[in-house]
Amino acid sequence: MSTHDAVAAPPTAGEANYLNCSHGFRSWFFTLDHKRIGVMYLASILSFFLLGGILALLIRTELLTPTRTLMSADDYNKVFTLHGAIMIFLFIIPGIPAALGNFVLPLMLGAKDVALPRLNLASYHLYLIGALIAVLSIVQGGVDAGWTFYAPYSTTTNTAVVTLTFGVFVLGFSSVFTGLNFIVTMHKMRPAGMGWFDMPLMLWALYATSIIQVLATPILGITMVLLIVERVMGIGIFDPALGGDPVLYQHFFWFYSHPAVYIMILPAMGIISEVVSVFSRKHIFGYRAIAYSSLAIAAFSFLVWGHHMFTSGQSELMNMIFSALTFSVSIPSAVKMFNWLSTMYKGSIRFDTPMIYALSFMFLFGIGGLTGLFLGSLATDVHLHDTYFVVAHFHYVMFGGTVIAFLAGLHYWWPKMFGRMYDERWGRISAIIISVGFNITFFTQFVMGSQGMPRRYYAYVDKFEPYHVISSIGSYLMAAGFFMTAWYLVKSLYRGRPAPVNPWGGGSLEWQAASPPVMHNFTDEPVGGDPYDYTNQAYDPALGGYVLRKTEVSDR
Amino acid sequence: MSTPHEGRDEHADPHLQHHFGSMVQQYDSGKFGMWLFLVTEVLLFGGLFCAYAVYRANHPEIFAYAHQFLDKTLGGLNTLVLIVSSLTMAMAVRSAQLGQQRRLKQMLAATLLCACVFLGVKGVEYEHKWKHGLLWGTRYVPQGEAASPASTNATAVETTAGTVAVPADGGTTLPHAASGPEGLADRPQAGHDGATSGGHGPAGPAPRNVHLFFGIYFVMTGLHGIHVLAGMVAIVWLLRRSAAGEFGPGYFAPVDFVGLYWHLVDLIWIFLFPLLYLIH
Ligand code: HEM
Ligand SMILES: [Cu+2]
Repeated sequence: MSTHDAVAAPPTAGEANYLNCSHGFRSWFFTLDHKRIGVMYLASILSFFLLGGILALLIRTELLTPTRTLMSADDYNKVFTLHGAIMIFLFIIPGIPAALGNFVLPLMLGAKDVALPRLNLASYHLYLIGALIAVLSIVQGGVDAGWTFYAPYSTTTNTAVVTLTFGVFVLGFSSVFTGLNFIVTMHKMRPAGMGWFDMPLMLWALYATSIIQVLATPILGITMVLLIVERVMGIGIFDPALGGDPVLYQHFFWFYSHPAVYIMILPAMGIISEVVSVFSRKHIFGYRAIAYSSLAIAAFSFLVWGHHMFTSGQSELMNMIFSALTFSVSIPSAVKMFNWLSTMYKGSIRFDTPMIYALSFMFLFGIGGLTGLFLGSLATDVHLHDTYFVVAHFHYVMFGGTVIAFLAGLHYWWPKMFGRMYDERWGRISAIIISVGFNITFFTQFVMGSQGMPRRYYAYVDKFEPYHVISSIGSYLMAAGFFMTAWYLVKSLYRGRPAPVNPWGGGSLEWQAASPPVMHNFTDEPVGGDPYDYTNQAYDPALGGYVLRKTEVSDR
Repeated sequence: MSTPHEGRDEHADPHLQHHFGSMVQQYDSGKFGMWLFLVTEVLLFGGLFCAYAVYRANHPEIFAYAHQFLDKTLGGLNTLVLIVSSLTMAMAVRSAQLGQQRRLKQMLAATLLCACVFLGVKGVEYEHKWKHGLLWGTRYVPQGEAASPASTNATAVETTAGTVAVPADGGTTLPHAASGPEGLADRPQAGHDGATSGGHGPAGPAPRNVHLFFGIYFVMTGLHGIHVLAGMVAIVWLLRRSAAGEFGPGYFAPVDFVGLYWHLVDLIWIFLFPLLYLIH
């Protein structure tokens, strides 16, 4: 490839890029290139999303009738455990940071790679090893303790708890390495002209996420170690029969897992900050407020874990403190929400697929966050705890929030990752189908939960049957939306229109790299500046994308 | 690759990776990453220290009683050995920075030797516990003469006698956990005639659930031991690379980073030793 020509003409899809610059299994599996690692992560997490999704459909199908439909009660327990564990540890936690984040982070910094590429590859290999171990537990007959592995049930059930928790332990390291790498990268690889407050908000979100990954995940690690040691050696630390304390397990677990829900939602919020601004053609409103609120969420996230134990015999004083702190988390979340809405205000909004997802994120996350407040209030939580209300709450935030934002990001960066445009019309249609299906599936669960339908039950009283049937139908609709998405995305790889450098008119640096980028990301030094300034961009119909107006190229 | 490497020296250090602008940037990144990794290590052990704190606060009598079974002399010896190893490690880093190849190898070898001694002593201690059934959970079946507290001075015994007398039943506000399986609680002194340390062992009955202390002891020292082992592997790796003369004033990052890790492992032991061996 000739770099000198590339200076004059924007790189085209015909040139060697990171996808086709080398071939063969080893060139991918042992690559140090953050883009390839990101793509491998993407393929892996999507495979597990498919597996977790199939398990979800099994759950919903079983619940079509108040008694047995498909499987035995024991199998049902195993299916929902695996569904939860796979979705959380193998899909949603690595989802945005390790797959999309890995791809875009160095590009957004104008850097050639993350600071520690070998650690990045190690993180991916550990992910694969952890995933393999976790999957091994299925072969061993599955696990039925729930994704939370509460002792003493998890220490006494005769299913493959040790294998799955060991897998989770290994996956924890993978997550730590990604977070650590991102922090170092943002500290040490920012180009000379880019201060902290010149970074795109996606990077602030990834930064806050990484802090949580580094500070919370080790606690998950030690918790899993203790659980394994408890099961294998019987040290009694969580076993009341031996003088141990099972609630201590819950404290350990949630000290990680509450911050972990922010590992899931913070990068999602980062994507929304990008998409909302770009598709409203308007500068992001309240840049600093959004940046600081990410850090505030990260800080608060460590102080609220006790809200999962309101009914576990925690002291009343603790309950009150944790309840108050839980309420305070909603402040920074609301700050973001208001800033996104203000960004859209008087913008020229374009309803492309990423934006449709972003809008549905705001709607769904709004519901999810507000119902979190119902659960954070002591009096209502006693009634709602361990019901389908909780199930609906966390699906609204994790699915309606994180997965929807992941889809927004996937569509937003898809042209950059693979150099192809997907079919916009199908994109919008399936975005709408998924959102509608989602609401049908989970809104009903709020209703039945508030009426007392307990979570994790295999059989239920007849009066809940209509709700369960509606919920299951919604889930099939959602599945249809996902299969459509998979179909047009895969099709775009072969038949899609070649993507221009900047199809959406984004202002951050990744939109100055070729689509797909070359091996070392940029052929020319990218021109820095305010990532949310669109005034000097012009749409070029011949390219089908945006270009910088020559006259106004100034250095910030 | 024909990508421009802006601002990079054509004759840059062969250790410089392609995505960094300079050796300084590369070194700073690695060092920062290492510090963050050490933070995660601290938190990993932090979980165990938390568990320790919870159980000690709830059952002080267990700790006061059971810690006497640990050998302070061996523990102290190991503390000394690790402190010396931290010194030799620091000197190894310095030798690498100054390019003193021979000294670098000597110091690394000395550190490795200290690590071996540490694990050897630990092994002796473990074996003693194993022989006398001073183990975790249901495997806590103290037996024989040596299952008595290994205290070497009378004060410790007296203190314990004082402590044990009170909380035998009412030392904690928590209700007593259901008593464990047969042969577990209440009789760790079976067969003991109090022959050691001037004719009297701990007075009064042993508290319940003494095995909890040993559970925590083995998990904490075990995890620490694994970290020592990992450090030894890293040092062997450094030794091999320094045998090839790879380190010098221009490139010593790996020695530096392993050094940091080694100091942390040492530091954790500095906390473990008093918390497990030297309590009252
Ligand atoms: C906006 C503020 C939020 C508040 C006030 C909140 C509050 C709560 C409370 C009090 C519970 C415990 C309910 C119970 O078990 O009785 C809960 C459960 C849960 N929340 Fe949230 N939450 C919020 C946001 C989120 C987010 C952003 C996520 C994930 C992305 C999330 C995921 C979960 C999960 C997974 C559970 C249930 C875990 C289980 O027991 O299996 N929450 N939430
Ligand atoms: Cu929570």
